[in-house]
Amino acid sequence: MLHMVVCIKQVPDSREIRIDPKTNTLIRQGVPAIVNPYDLNGVEAALQIKEQVGGRVTVITMGPPSADKALKSCVAMGADEGILISDRAFAGADTLATSYVLAKAIEKAGALWGAPGIVFCGKQTLDGDTGQVGPGIACRLDYEQLTYVEHIESVDVERGVVVVHRHLEDGVERIRAPLPVLITVVSEINKPRRASLPGLLRAQAYQPIVWSTADFEDLDRSKIGLRGSPTIVSKTWVPEPRQVDTEFLRGTPAEVAGRLTPVLLERLRMTQGA
Amino acid sequence: MSAPRFDAIVVGAGPAGSVAAYTMASQGMRVALIERGEFPGAKNVFGGVLYRKPLEDILPEFWKEAPLERKVVEQRLWVLGKDSVVSLGYRSARFKEPPNAWTGQRAKFDAWLAGKAERAGAIPIYETVATSLIRDGDKVVGVQTDREEGDLYASVVIIADGVNSLLAKSLGVHREWKPDQVSLAVKEVLALPKDVIQERFGVEEGEGVTIELIGETCGMAGLGFLYTNQDTLSIGVGVMVSDLQKKKVKPYQVLDSIKQHPEIQRLIAGGETKEYAAHLIPEGGFDAMPPLSGDGWMICGDAAQMVNAAHREGTDLAMLSGRLAGETAVACHATGDWSAGGLGAYTQAVKESIIHRDLKKYRGLHSLLSGPQAELLFGALPQALNDAAYEMLSVDGESKRDKQKRAAALLREAAGGTAGLIGIGWRGWRAMNG
Amino acid sequence: MAETKRKPAVGLQPEGDVDWSAYRGVMVVLEQRRGKVAKVSWQLLGESRRLADKLDAPLMALVIGHDVEDIARQAIGYGAERVYLCDAPELADYRTRPYSRVCLHVIRTVKPEIVLFGATYTGRDLAGAIATHLPTGLTADCTQLDVDDNRLLLASRPAFSEKMVATILCKQFKPQMATVRPGVFQALPFDERRMGEIIRVTPPLDPGSIRTEVLGFVEAVNRVNLEDADVIVAGGRGVGGKAGFELLAQLAAALGGQVGASRAAVDLGWISHDHQVGQTGTTVRPKVYIAAGISGAVQHVVGMQNAELIVSVNKDPDAPIHQIAHYAIVGDLFEVIPALTEAVRAARTKEHVPVV
Ligand SMILES: Cc1cc2nc3c(=O)[nH]c(=O)nc-3n(C[C@H](O)[C@H](O)[C@H](O)COP(=O)(O)OP(=O)(O)OC[C@H]3O[C@@H](n4cnc5c(N)ncnc54)[C@H](O)[C@@H]3O)c2cc1C
Ligand SMILES: Cc1cc2nc3c(=O)[nH]c(=O)nc-3n(C[C@H](O)[C@H](O)[C@H](O)COP(=O)(O)OP(=O)(O)OC[C@H]3O[C@@H](n4cnc5c(N)ncnc54)[C@H](O)[C@@H]3O)c2cc1C
Ligand SMILES: Nc1ncnc2c1ncn2[C@@H]1O[C@H](COP(=O)(O)O)[C@@H](O)[C@H]1O
Repeated sequence: MLHMVVCIKQVPDSREIRIDPKTNTLIRQGVPAIVNPYDLNGVEAALQIKEQVGGRVTVITMGPPSADKALKSCVAMGADEGILISDRAFAGADTLATSYVLAKAIEKAGALWGAPGIVFCGKQTLDGDTGQVGPGIACRLDYEQLTYVEHIESVDVERGVVVVHRHLEDGVERIRAPLPVLITVVSEINKPRRASLPGLLRAQAYQPIVWSTADFEDLDRSKIGLRGSPTIVSKTWVPEPRQVDTEFLRGTPAEVAGRLTPVLLERLRMTQGA
Repeated sequence: MSAPRFDAIVVGAGPAGSVAAYTMASQGMRVALIERGEFPGAKNVFGGVLYRKPLEDILPEFWKEAPLERKVVEQRLWVLGKDSVVSLGYRSARFKEPPNAWTGQRAKFDAWLAGKAERAGAIPIYETVATSLIRDGDKVVGVQTDREEGDLYASVVIIADGVNSLLAKSLGVHREWKPDQVSLAVKEVLALPKDVIQERFGVEEGEGVTIELIGETCGMAGLGFLYTNQDTLSIGVGVMVSDLQKKKVKPYQVLDSIKQHPEIQRLIAGGETKEYAAHLIPEGGFDAMPPLSGDGWMICGDAAQMVNAAHREGTDLAMLSGRLAGETAVACHATGDWSAGGLGAYTQAVKESIIHRDLKKYRGLHSLLSGPQAELLFGALPQALNDAAYEMLSVDGESKRDKQKRAAALLREAAGGTAGLIGIGWRGWRAMNG
Repeated sequence: MAETKRKPAVGLQPEGDVDWSAYRGVMVVLEQRRGKVAKVSWQLLGESRRLADKLDAPLMALVIGHDVEDIARQAIGYGAERVYLCDAPELADYRTRPYSRVCLHVIRTVKPEIVLFGATYTGRDLAGAIATHLPTGLTADCTQLDVDDNRLLLASRPAFSEKMVATILCKQFKPQMATVRPGVFQALPFDERRMGEIIRVTPPLDPGSIRTEVLGFVEAVNRVNLEDADVIVAGGRGVGGKAGFELLAQLAAALGGQVGASRAAVDLGWISHDHQVGQTGTTVRPKVYIAAGISGAVQHVVGMQNAELIVSVNKDPDAPIHQIAHYAIVGDLFEVIPALTEAVRAARTKEHVPVV
């Protein structure tokens, strides 16, 4: 049976985060915690494959105890199990440390329900915003890595191949890869479903599996949390709004256009025969 | 999979619904609490005063943990003239321990209260709209929601879905409210530093002031308010929908003009708008109340027009009715009698409670607000009162006797002669004591 | 600028005693598909030239692909002193596994202290794999780069929907890696007289290990690509409807640009979401941004304020958009935009039509 794992993260809805103009610090209070939107696309993709070819879906998150809510909302959508990896020792992880722990957890989940044939990640998170965790996991698990996937054309479990479409700046790449694979998804891939009422009720009663450091036998302590993170945030600041000297153009539309056009073309260097 | 079944379904996690759910769940009933918002309170709006009594009876000393803003130590009534104000206020140390009321924010308070129901065992079903009632003949047996496989069944459905009550309408017990049975309120939350608020309103940390405003509502029946929160102010105004329609004024224009008033300006200056919201308030009063219970259903709170507009009390009546409905359900659960007769105990309990007594006392208010006197009461009289005060209080060489005469004349004139003034007084008294 | 300094924590420690002193120089991993180089690669060489000079260290480029020798030569013209070229048929298509093998091999033998990639889909895919293998720290999506006296790379990137900027260091490992946003830095003018060295690398590849296969590539014809656009003509609620956006499209076409939109216009269904600029849309840095019928709400402005030249057209003189515009036109866009389109067309025809 095809076992699929989806890595999801609970993130503050960064679109709602404001900056305190006096202290220049983030106002996190009252900012809702949501499941990273792209990760929901990952859950949906896994559920669709499960509906087509069968299998089971496990969602995994590393985060604080309150992240169990994020797992529950994926269980409500139809995921079979949710695993919360939570321990103070994991805190402060950058993408390198995060992908290490997630890879360990995926292996452990594989021991329970079979080595995953597909691992899904979102294309990036709203808060970390790097898109590096997916490739990091693929690398550690030695899976083929298919990033920015906008369509899954076929999954052939018997022959162990997938065909996907990758979303690139200037086009779409059609690519075939042998299982197991790690896929990161863009939002174009699907529209995450709304949980059904029975799904919601099941999730209400569902208790996610929780793993702490003690639950892993072979965890290298130097590779987790803050200690396991090579990058260091040395400072953060609020960029000054750009000061511009605004020039108001007056006159009839034709006059204004006459004044502006050379400026625009000059800026675009079109006059040099581009 | 067979459709899920509960002992009770509560629709709406406002004050009424959450209290009903809490009351039942804490007695071991299986309760589903349906709320359309992302979380309870997410989109709920009110002016901002929460009272101690109704909730204390259910959750003793709740204020020690509930997310409240400031305890109200002073209540003011401002009668606004164009550029002046006649003010009346009451401040008391007795409001401090225990507090009589607090200012609050619904997004926090409703979420907290619903959390209480959840912890008591109620099953939260949020981001879900109850679209209609499921019936078996005349009996209500469940609720349909907008989710896939979204039907839910229960022995009783408690309808607490607020002023617009879709479900009460689908039940046929009340129709679309008439424009003179609801007022439309708009409200803004303005951010200001804590110390600025405390200084401007003359209060200590944790203490607050409420100001009700009469006048300057473009001659329409309505009341404004300005309340202090921790580091925000709530300012708003509610105006009868019928008046808005007649005068073709937009509610935010009314709020804008109140915000421009020099005395209000002083208090809100520098406040940055954080939220903007609009909401209906039931104003129909006693005579607009629908039947409260029937075969398999009960209605609470705003859905049943349980608002005492004169005292801006709504949440308290909502919570009380929620409790009475919850208690009735617990009793019916014990006997297994969910018929109209069994649930009729709720209607009876409401009749014997303060809800009925208070709303009955003010039953005349509605016709006063919607009647021809409104323009006078909310426009000309407040201005005349301000003019009269100016007459009385300015020292300009005239004798006090003459001044008093002139002040009285101003009021009389505004009211259309002595008879008119007496008439308004009488009607006003009747409205409040009907 | 108000800054909050955090005490640098002790990061991941390399295993055993590692001497990093042999790591010198800045390396840019160039990106190409079918011989077409991503613009960000040249921009990165431009900025890296500055960093390399400051470090007094060589500027290197890495070119991977098939039949890409010409690109290696171009890289010199754009500022690279040394170009590592790995050219093989099995490298014709980008695939993570073989490309990362090549990169790892070159990085381990050449030992650059800084390695930079474009923050494109491909750049992020590749960099993420390499950093994990090495291992080292990788800072994503940088918009500012610098080096300090200790040869530390100061990689700064926007955080929290562009509201803050964070500077990120990698102290314990080399190379220090970052991906860099397209459009932020300027390429050096191409100069074919620049001198440099091309070093061929034999790919350490086992063809049997390459198991993914690119079946095809479909170029997107009408894909909205605001991030790469030089010109964006954006409209808001003031544009009034789909017909209004037609006018903007004409101006955009005349200038060789794309059409953008505010959320209000997208929410009203006048144009699709992929045109939306701002906090919940795309962040853009075009050379020219023309905002027509847009009020200038912060959520929109954060996404476009870094345009080189901003022109606002709004009939309300107090609209906030005018404050951040270089050229502000208080007027009706239904008059101004067509006039501008006409003037641009006229000027361009004059430029390009050969004199008979
Ligand atoms: C501007 C203003 C100022 C006020 N000031 C005060 C004051 O200072 N003090 C005071 O005590 N009262 C005040 N009130 C009145 C008070 O807010 C209401 O009386 C009280 O909230 C009623 O509670 P409720 O639970 O009946 O309804 P609501 O609070 O309206 O709750 C109804 C709930 O049901 C949900 N819902 C609705 N339909 C559905 C559906 N179909 N499916 C699922 N969920 C649904 C809603 O989202 C909501 O959460 C004010 C009201 C307004 C508008
Ligand atoms: C969490 C969050 C995220 C958001 N994200 C984004 C985002 O990513 N992008 C975004 O754009 N917005 C975003 N918004 C919304 C943003 O706050 C504004 O609502 C939106 O940008 C306003 O769009 P507008 O300027 O087109 O409309 P309006 O504010 O209505 O402005 C229209 C302007 O057009 C002018 N005008 C009208 N007619 C004419 C005419 N004939 N000629 C010239 N001028 C005319 C008017 O004077 C007015 O200034 C977000 C909001 C929130 C809360
Ligand atoms: N703490 C985490 N727990 C589970 N999955 C994560 C976590 N952090 C990142 N991911 C996954 O990795 C993807 C990319 O994240 P990022 O590199 O932070 O942009 C996300 O969309 C998730 O699928």
